[in-house]
Amino acid sequence: MPSEPNHILEFPGGYTRSVGPVIGRFFSDLRDGRLTGVRTAAGKVLVPPAEYDPETSEDTTGEYVEVGPAGTVTTWSWVPRPLKEHPLDRPFAWALIRPDGADTALLHALDVGVFEEGAKPPKFLKTGMRVRPKWRDERTGGIGDIECFLPEVTMINAPTRLEYRMKGGRTLQRFLEGVSEGRILGDRCPVCEQVIVPMKGICPRDGVPTTEEVELPHTGTVTTFAVNNIPDPRAPEVPFVSAYVLLDGAGLTMLTLVAGIPADQVRMGMRVKAAWRPREEWGRTMNNIKWFEPLDEPDLPFEAIKDYT
Amino acid sequence: MANACAIIGIGQTAYKTKRLDVSMAGLLREAARRALDDAGLTWKDIDAVVVGKAPDLFEGVMMPEPYLADAIGATGKPLMRVHTAGSVGGSTAIVAASLIQGGVHERVLTIAWEKQSESNATWALTVNSPFTTSLVVGAGGYFAPHIRAYMRRSGAPDHIGALVAVKDRENALKNPYAHLKIPGISREMVEMTPMLWEPIRYLETCPSSDGACAMVLASEDAAKKAPNRPAWVHGTAMRSEPMMFAGRDTVSPQGGKDCAADVYRQAGITDPRRELDCAEVYVPFSWYEPMWLENLGFCGEGEGWKLTESGATALDGDIPWNASGGVLSSNPIGASGMIRFAEAALQVRGQAGEHQVDGARRALGHAYGGGAQFFSMWIVGSEKP
Ligand SMILES: [Zn+2]
Repeated sequence: MPSEPNHILEFPGGYTRSVGPVIGRFFSDLRDGRLTGVRTAAGKVLVPPAEYDPETSEDTTGEYVEVGPAGTVTTWSWVPRPLKEHPLDRPFAWALIRPDGADTALLHALDVGVFEEGAKPPKFLKTGMRVRPKWRDERTGGIGDIECFLPEVTMINAPTRLEYRMKGGRTLQRFLEGVSEGRILGDRCPVCEQVIVPMKGICPRDGVPTTEEVELPHTGTVTTFAVNNIPDPRAPEVPFVSAYVLLDGAGLTMLTLVAGIPADQVRMGMRVKAAWRPREEWGRTMNNIKWFEPLDEPDLPFEAIKDYT
Repeated sequence: MANACAIIGIGQTAYKTKRLDVSMAGLLREAARRALDDAGLTWKDIDAVVVGKAPDLFEGVMMPEPYLADAIGATGKPLMRVHTAGSVGGSTAIVAASLIQGGVHERVLTIAWEKQSESNATWALTVNSPFTTSLVVGAGGYFAPHIRAYMRRSGAPDHIGALVAVKDRENALKNPYAHLKIPGISREMVEMTPMLWEPIRYLETCPSSDGACAMVLASEDAAKKAPNRPAWVHGTAMRSEPMMFAGRDTVSPQGGKDCAADVYRQAGITDPRRELDCAEVYVPFSWYEPMWLENLGFCGEGEGWKLTESGATALDGDIPWNASGGVLSSNPIGASGMIRFAEAALQVRGQAGEHQVDGARRALGHAYGGGAQFFSMWIVGSEKP
């Protein structure tokens, strides 16, 4: 950290400098919100403009060229801890910026967003980055008329939210009513005579209304499963097992959580039963069943469940 | 009898994790303009536009086709959007082809795309209602149990999935548009990657990509004026089935078998392994190669993994599958089906470059979607049927 000064030398009112016709033109245009360069005899455009070509020392041509205001970062240096004299009070970059149409770069501060003091430069800060000046509202004719440069807009955020009033429908309500009483309800198709669970009101295969409500036991068999290792805030803690369970008497499987056993010990053919939450926590939701857990019964052979996989 | 339909233009974008350099419209235009250039046409030569993509929640633009209409040259022309989940790229091409086959139009532009980087597909695929419990598993979590069932039913050894993962990524090295490029990819490398949804390993899954694919389909008259050699449609078919019903075979769905039988019948094919020269098949998880080999009748039940293991489906095998690197190497979901269809057409046009199958004359393009419940397929040939 710089130490506090114990002596200050300051010319009252500041020095007055005549800027001459070339820099004067640059500053006047800055005050109007424009970036201007000057052409050299060799055809190059210098920004900021100078009265002379720095390569040949010859006078520049007096032909002024409007450049930018957008430009490209040619190199940069990151300032993780800005000093109080710096143009920004949060981490920023000093950058050499070549305005479009210019052959030289000018130095300015580049604001790339909000970062905590000491932060590392963001990955998107790169040589080649496209930037534009942020003009001050009140301009006086100086390089400070540009507050800083900002990256060009490459992405916008589009918040999206839909609100619904959903109804589950008669069949689902009936199923959830059953679950709220600790019962698992299915329904039987009059054509294929299979029991569909959770009850649907129709047979998806035959396309006909079901005709008979069937209460199913809470026991079944794991037909097949996945061990999920990808964490998600909405999912159970990994590893968790999502399994297809064929309830005894059902014609098709249900996708459920299988727990109460290490994930690597779950098997095809394993017998399981529903693990219900305490009765006082029940509602009209499948969450009443926490998961399915192993039953102390021998596994079914694969042949017995093969047709349900 | 339907009119002949030719593929006279094909355009693809580079497939990448994030195409931040283009807007959604720009992405489609990149593919479309390449297809128009290939066909020697301009926007004004097109009679109708058929677009396809996967669910709107993938990018969060509700019904993007009206917003894109002018960007894809549909101003004042018929514009249609197709949606059949992951198989949509294939179905979109089939709808476009039907407009030619039915004699409605002379030149139809068809485009499919996805810009997955704008959102999160796993989130979009796991939107629950207040009445159902959530088991956030994504597509991999959904397919993993069915792959496990296939392994058990067929007795396939564990390493077959890794063989496909290697083969398709080796092919991708020969495809300039492919997303995943893994030089030196090996079975050991695949087997060392973590199990995401056991039995699926990281390198046995597809990437998530931004990209678009476009084709110009044309009548016979219009095809005569095309600067480059066309491919010809020999058959198209689509099938669907519910995701859950009693007696459903989830490993080898009936919908897939019926769809294949239909498209083979139209193309006069009785032995696909012998009569087709190559196939571009939707394989987003490596195990789906042996599974679809069986479902599509390239071999008997339980034999798919043996075909894969024998090397028959490699670029130098007798029936190369996914010479382009397939979905395992590039997966802009909505476009993935159309890429399969377009790559099949590239092969029979002899325009597949480094991944060209020598002398390919007839090829299958295949796509599936949802819970392996939507299927679309076409067979294309170098000769007019
Ligand atoms: Zn039925």
